[in-house]
Amino acid sequence: MKHLPLAALAVLAMAATACGSGFEDKPAAAPQSSGPASLRILIASSGDPETAAVKQAADAWAKASGNQATVTPAQDIHQQLGQAFAGGTPPDVFYVDASRFADYASVGALEPYGDKISNPDDFYPSLRTTFTRDGTFYCAPKDFSTLALIVNDGLWKKAGLAASDVPTTWEQLTAVAGKLKAKGITPLAIGDTRDRIGAFMVQAGGWITSADGKQATGDSPENLKALEYVKTLLKDKLAEYPKQLGASWAGEAFGKGKAAMTIEGNWIKGALKADYPDIKYTAHPLPAGAKQGTLSFTNCWGIAAKSTNKTAAIAFVEAMTKADQQLTFAKAFGVMPSRQSAKDAYVKEFPTDTAFVDGAAYAQGPVNAAKMDSVLADFDAGLQQLTTQDPKALLARLQKNTQSALGD
Amino acid sequence: MRRSRVRDDVTGWLFVAPVVVILGVFLLLPILMAMWVSLTSWNGQGSPFKSGVPFVGLDNYGRLFTRDDLARENFMISIRNNAYYVAIVVPLQTALALGLALIVNSRLLKGKSFFRSAFYFPSVTSSVAVSVVFLFIFSNSGALTQLLGFFGIQGPQWFSDARGVIHLLLGMDTPPAALAGAGPFGLSWWEWLSGPSVAMCAIIALVVWTTSGTFMLMFLAALQDIPVTLEEAAVLDGAGRWQRFRYVTLPMLRPTMFLVLTLGLIGTWQVFDQIYVMSQGAPAKTTLTPAFLSYRTAFRDFDYGAGTAISFVLFLIIVLLTLFQRRVMRERRG
Repeated sequence: MKHLPLAALAVLAMAATACGSGFEDKPAAAPQSSGPASLRILIASSGDPETAAVKQAADAWAKASGNQATVTPAQDIHQQLGQAFAGGTPPDVFYVDASRFADYASVGALEPYGDKISNPDDFYPSLRTTFTRDGTFYCAPKDFSTLALIVNDGLWKKAGLAASDVPTTWEQLTAVAGKLKAKGITPLAIGDTRDRIGAFMVQAGGWITSADGKQATGDSPENLKALEYVKTLLKDKLAEYPKQLGASWAGEAFGKGKAAMTIEGNWIKGALKADYPDIKYTAHPLPAGAKQGTLSFTNCWGIAAKSTNKTAAIAFVEAMTKADQQLTFAKAFGVMPSRQSAKDAYVKEFPTDTAFVDGAAYAQGPVNAAKMDSVLADFDAGLQQLTTQDPKALLARLQKNTQSALGD
Repeated sequence: MRRSRVRDDVTGWLFVAPVVVILGVFLLLPILMAMWVSLTSWNGQGSPFKSGVPFVGLDNYGRLFTRDDLARENFMISIRNNAYYVAIVVPLQTALALGLALIVNSRLLKGKSFFRSAFYFPSVTSSVAVSVVFLFIFSNSGALTQLLGFFGIQGPQWFSDARGVIHLLLGMDTPPAALAGAGPFGLSWWEWLSGPSVAMCAIIALVVWTTSGTFMLMFLAALQDIPVTLEEAAVLDGAGRWQRFRYVTLPMLRPTMFLVLTLGLIGTWQVFDQIYVMSQGAPAKTTLTPAFLSYRTAFRDFDYGAGTAISFVLFLIIVLLTLFQRRVMRERRG
């Protein structure tokens, strides 16, 4: 009877195989159900206003189309999606963050439906590129944000500066920051990640990868120029990271009046309105280096490759990305419509947002390549210590890691 | 006679069958499945047990040690961080727990049950809640910084300070030439010898504070088990306070000490929730730990094979260290 444990193990192994077959995939093309569909929609909501607005829109669509739509706000959408994909029962429709798009698309989790949406060329070209992989336009951009230079009007006046002093080039930025510094005001609060400092790289004419996301271009002279410029700003205390100003992000430092300028996206409007309603500010295009440049951030409406309700899901996304619907969302939670046809109506509604909307023309989206998350996190760790590190070594490291992630 | 023994065996196995099944399904089976995943490059789509999943053998493990890339560097950094973390937390929390237990056990103390509950309180509070409170205490405008400021000390920016404390104590920013070169596994000696970062120290303080309550209870139970007669005998023999503690109390506490050290070792190598809530590995990866790295590799990079491989290496480290510790303590007894 010594072998009983072994026997038990054998039984277990058999059970494992049985379980394994239970996990077995359905045939490659997921069977499509007919009749009214019941869509499950997972969103990474920015807060209650967004959840309510999406729920309302989904209900309206469901009623009009005779389907059902259940909207669930996610706690941690990356983790929840990761688990759902592994489990084989992902939600039908979900938000896909642009920085994660390549990861999802590369493992075949996304249905490439982009061109089935009506008038796909109406989406801003930079956003379409963000959600294109190997020439296929995968999913419809939900909305977008860009970075702009936010100026605290009160501190600006206090330093004796006029509206015409708002910098439009790097040289002007350095000059005006020097004037602010002389008055004892911290000139610029800037986030310590590639999502802010990367804008300088774009302005210098560089970026982390080539346009198609296939080649590493980290150690270019353009990027070096950008990092060296930012390093000078930081060293001369013309710019400070939010943590040095006792804030968790640059918007908080700006809201507390600790810096005269910051580089943030249009989400700062909502944050300032909620937490620092008294602050007066204006948004301007980012100062140009060799060229005009900013970063864009966006989500798309992902449809699961394993969804059994793809037709209904596409119809749902179609309804959500209509110009009118996007304007409703814009009013509810302050995002910018991803369709160019909605631009005029948006600018009319929010005239102070011109700087953000115009950024779409020259914005660079997040790195569009798979397995880059840890590489970029490593680059961010380097940027956090930019003042003490050699920009050249940082970029060489970025280049090496990117190459190994891209496998070239 | 023989037949009845067989029958006894079968009956025995029948009786333990429910436990065997439950342990098998919920413990052994998932471990075996995870072990399989660690040998593949499964990307998280569909089942890891179907035929198309690429089998890579021990590549995921080899990558952690041999290939010169980011994955190995992150892993080695996480091992370094966690090693410093364990080396500080385990002795500190054990000493603190023992100290608290001695205080609560002392006959002179009034309001024992109050102190017992007070000391135990941090342990029963949710670690996430405690972590969030500590985030406030250690924030740049938080209570601790203000308290230090009251005494004229300019406190560090706790959660954004990536400098290692050993580097700080030595007052060096750049490595001396002898240490700048590459050390084992791709990290330079200078990086290996950084010590925990300032940010990690804040987490260390939190963990010591929260866990020592639980271990205090264990020490307290053991202390109350020591017969009073032993101590009285020692007093009669003319032993002083320190001698009584050193030669009577401590030897009697040895089994509990082993338990506390082992639990502490296992718990600290697996630290995850504090990291997840407070820092996610920032600043500059100095609070990255293998448990968190394993989670991030699997669920963010969709590299489930490498993620599970990390957790198995972590498991191995814990087992080896526990065996080592057992041997050391046994030798001292012999």
